[in-house]
Amino acid sequence: MSLESTGGVPVNAEPVGADIDAPAQTPASPQKGMFGVKGTGDVSGFGGLARRTPDVVGSPKPYGSYFDEVTDALEEAYPGFADAIEKVVVDRGELTLHIVPEKIAEVAQIMRDDESLRFELCSSVSGVDYLNSDARRLHVVYQLTSMTYRRRVRLEVAVPAGGSVPTVTSVYPTADWQEREAYDMFGVIFTGHPNLTRILMPDDWEGHPQLKDYPLGGVPVEYKGAEIPPPDQRRVYQ
Amino acid sequence: MTQSGYATERETTEGRVFTVTGGDWDTITGSIDPLSNEKIVVNMGPQHPSTHGVLRLVLELEGETVTEARCVIGYLHTGIEKNLEYRNWTQGTTFVTRADYLAPLFNEAGYVLGVEKLLGIEDQITERAKTIRVLFMELNRISSHLVWLATAGMEIGAISMMLYGFREREYILDIFEETTGLRMNHAYFRPGGVAQDIPDSAIKKIRDFLVYLPKKLKEYEDLLSGQIIWQQRTQGVAVLDVTGCLALGITGPVLRSAGLAWDMRKTMPYSGYEEYEFDVPTATTGDVWGRYQVRMAEMRESLKIVEQALDRLKPGPIFVADKKIAWPAQLAVGIDGLGNSLEHVAKIMGQSMESLIHHFKLVTEGFRVPPGQVYIGIEHPRGELGVHVVSDGGTHPYRVHMRDPSFVNLQAIPAMAEGALLADVIAGGASLDPVMGGCDR
Repeated sequence: MSLESTGGVPVNAEPVGADIDAPAQTPASPQKGMFGVKGTGDVSGFGGLARRTPDVVGSPKPYGSYFDEVTDALEEAYPGFADAIEKVVVDRGELTLHIVPEKIAEVAQIMRDDESLRFELCSSVSGVDYLNSDARRLHVVYQLTSMTYRRRVRLEVAVPAGGSVPTVTSVYPTADWQEREAYDMFGVIFTGHPNLTRILMPDDWEGHPQLKDYPLGGVPVEYKGAEIPPPDQRRVYQ
Repeated sequence: MTQSGYATERETTEGRVFTVTGGDWDTITGSIDPLSNEKIVVNMGPQHPSTHGVLRLVLELEGETVTEARCVIGYLHTGIEKNLEYRNWTQGTTFVTRADYLAPLFNEAGYVLGVEKLLGIEDQITERAKTIRVLFMELNRISSHLVWLATAGMEIGAISMMLYGFREREYILDIFEETTGLRMNHAYFRPGGVAQDIPDSAIKKIRDFLVYLPKKLKEYEDLLSGQIIWQQRTQGVAVLDVTGCLALGITGPVLRSAGLAWDMRKTMPYSGYEEYEFDVPTATTGDVWGRYQVRMAEMRESLKIVEQALDRLKPGPIFVADKKIAWPAQLAVGIDGLGNSLEHVAKIMGQSMESLIHHFKLVTEGFRVPPGQVYIGIEHPRGELGVHVVSDGGTHPYRVHMRDPSFVNLQAIPAMAEGALLADVIAGGASLDPVMGGCDR
């Protein structure tokens, strides 16, 4: 940028101090993560805490509670049950069905329509990033509610980064915005979605902020022409 | 002499008269349909007094009729879910409370119930803590509905309702301040109990409020219900039936106004709601009028629950006994807000090194939560608030997702607005009671 001016104050003058030792010109620190913390992202000062990566194991039958009824009803109503269900997990009184991603819309259809299942309401669709603990790191989680039987069940699918999952908007129109949010935050592509655009972040945003390898606050702050680097690239006192 | 290509002329007694005909222009003007060409696109918001905060509506209008409506959200996205992955489990409440700022205690409740379920300590939550939670959630429901009445009234033109609603809400905020130290964003519910016991002065204020509010509610109904403008602006406006609600995932007063008595305090009780006596108000009209009536009735039901909760409030601990989870400090409301009590500071600094170490470890590092995931659904003033909490066994939340009712309910705007008049978009939008802090998180 040129500071030569034809008189008056240049419109885009560099901020005062920009050429001495102000934060704006400090070379990027080699450290990653906020406040110079590496690895766990632990800001408590106990940097040695290691994140564990627990395996999710399937539960043996019988599952107890209403879970057997739900799985049996789904098995009866859905001929492709064996191919579509990866595992059934019962934990803390909640039933999770891990589904093959390609089959999610079919399963959702049956879960909604079958007389003995009747999950009329799709309460929530959201993503989770299991970085380093699952090769298919992006999970999409569907919380279904049956108002008829007062039951809840969770469907979960896993895809690799940037992977695609069929949309369930044709079964549950309410999933429209929630799938857009999961796309916005995690980059999961929902194939067949009527309008898969960003919803919370600006349209021209780069990256998917909820991914575990996306830094917290990782963008420079612009204010009146001056640019303050993101927290992880500011001066560090150590 | 003019040429015939321009205009014909003739002499009259008043002088020379030119007759101007525009060549072939009439064929062009004739082909224009005056109706369909009145289509205009209006951007309502994101800064507009009647869109409840930073909601932007893109409306395509034909005259005064809305042909297409689209919502644009995200203007208040603050990354609450991302931020709280970088703090410990207890600090999480300070983030979630800021999502839906009109119902902060519900956000906290959903989150702490999730953490407690992951910890497996639901049975250890003391009776007093549960009762205080119910008491405060119901007061919060009333304050949230009062703001709805205030803003919806203002948006439809009853400006005085705005002042009355906020005045009554202030009464509740005083009660909250007396107990938690803050009017909003309390961070009062903590995993394991509540941060601070409820002082006697607050109990007295609640008792006074129980006498005060019913009179005022009657006054507001007298003000609004019989008024012809209020009736015409709300009756038959923005109708959404049960099928539409379920397809779009709409819950809360909007669903109940369509006739389905789905209230998770009754159908999937939590925090001991099954022990309280109250009704689930419904309407059958499915319009703005029905939502108004459901919300007015709900405030009265909440008052019933508050009264019962006060009667059930017996002295006892407000936190789980487990010292590995229970917050070590004894908090007290000082002149500058909530902080550690002087006795506690004197003890850890002067007498017990072990207490100091324990306090330090628990406050800075926090407790560990066994790996797993849970989903908690609670009945928020606007519908189902779902909190999906994932732990990897560490001292920080691995992932927390809030299924905020404002976010999901706003999807109903096109269904309610398209084909209706522009003025009904305001009434319909107001009847959903969206709070953008919760919607955008």
